[in-house]
Amino acid sequence: MYWYSIKSMIGRELLIAARYPAEILNPLVFFLMVVTLFPLGISPEPEFLSQIAGPVIWIAALLALMLSLDSLFKNDFDDGSLEQLLISPSPIAMMVLVKVITHWFTTVFPIILLAPVLALMLHLPAEGYGALFLTLLLGTPTISLIGGIGAALTVGLHRGGVLLSLIVLPLFIPILVFSASAIEAANMGMLYNPQLAILAAMLLLALLAAPFATAFALKISINN
Amino acid sequence: MWTWFHKLSSPKWFYQISSQWLPWIACAAVLFLTAGLILALAYAPADYQQGNSFRIMYIHVPAAILAQSCYMMMAVAGGIVLIWRIKLAEMAVKCIAPFGASITFLALVTGGIWGYPTWGTWWVWDARGTSMLILLFLYFGVIALQSAISTASGAARAGSLLALVGVVNIPIIKYSVEWWNTLHQPATFKLTEKPSMPVEMWSPLLVMVIGFYLVFGVVLILRLRNEVLEREHKTNWVRKLIETPADSSVNTPAKKGT
Repeated sequence: MYWYSIKSMIGRELLIAARYPAEILNPLVFFLMVVTLFPLGISPEPEFLSQIAGPVIWIAALLALMLSLDSLFKNDFDDGSLEQLLISPSPIAMMVLVKVITHWFTTVFPIILLAPVLALMLHLPAEGYGALFLTLLLGTPTISLIGGIGAALTVGLHRGGVLLSLIVLPLFIPILVFSASAIEAANMGMLYNPQLAILAAMLLLALLAAPFATAFALKISINN
Repeated sequence: MWTWFHKLSSPKWFYQISSQWLPWIACAAVLFLTAGLILALAYAPADYQQGNSFRIMYIHVPAAILAQSCYMMMAVAGGIVLIWRIKLAEMAVKCIAPFGASITFLALVTGGIWGYPTWGTWWVWDARGTSMLILLFLYFGVIALQSAISTASGAARAGSLLALVGVVNIPIIKYSVEWWNTLHQPATFKLTEKPSMPVEMWSPLLVMVIGFYLVFGVVLILRLRNEVLEREHKTNWVRKLIETPADSSVNTPAKKGT
């Protein structure tokens, strides 16, 4: 029924992403830099690095993702198209979901693709790669969805960036815990299905609830 | 019940009725805290392992309980804000957050003070302490968001939504922290899970918990009254109240509204 608006939304988002490649590249470069800091700051010892590789990559991805979330609704808010979206006849939650998913594909997916290269540099054990990839694949969409609520709440504020991290970081802790523990289990050659199942459950819950909360938050922010 | 609900949601009615409640609740709070402290410090027997240092439990445990239920109450008020847009609930969301954050901080600090003689360290990454720390972060988020938004009702609604999102996440966070803790298994002693606490030990605790809730009631009412005056300062009844300061209402923080 709303295929047309969904399609035009996806087309628009992809076009904007293609016109401003820096929006995609900057989080990627940030991700690379943060990961580089750890061997420099702690120790370049391969045995040590292989232990912390999984969590370090996860934390760096988390931070890079959060920086990119700031721009999720910002440009639309600045040029007024966000208000048009809110008064359009298509359901807001659905449009928000489309927007978040497109944002995830353009911004976060490159991070996931870069992660194995960084894992190689940090000497992640060979058994850990599958777990790293799968946890990123299941965990980052949840982060995008929850972070979208925060981005919507802070969209109209002048210094939204730090505030956004402040309000959403505590909510990401479970995802980090289960992802890190899945990678650790994989490194030791154990099964990590339970952690993946929990991550998938959190993703489903976020898919179900977050778009509505984000839509509501956008309405609050526009009315301020 | 609904008429009572609507009445309570009127700031003016709340301001008037709360001036009658306040002395009673304040007296009860003082009574319970004094009785609880006397019982806790003088009558409760010393712990056979920890000696007298365990007595900080009578501050630590009520603070921890109150810290968690404060967040729940803030979220309930937030739900009322988002569903019914009741002004008084908006004010409650704003007033509970700083108190909740400080009581969480108190629980963390007393936990450290208790931990030092018992575990030999101020901070242990155990499941409870870590969940408490994350709860403090959640409070900080709500406070920061509210203070960043300039309009009062916008701040309250944004804060309410964030509080509700936090409430959905709290069980998940708690569970994940417990999972994380059992995996990493730090060398801690189970402290509060004594198999059997004698009556002389837990009854002061109960009194202290009630006392803490009463203090919360007093602080909430005082802050709400301030907030009512501040947000309603253009209405007639507040103006009248300020012009005739010899009003019957006790300790009126009326100057704030001007």
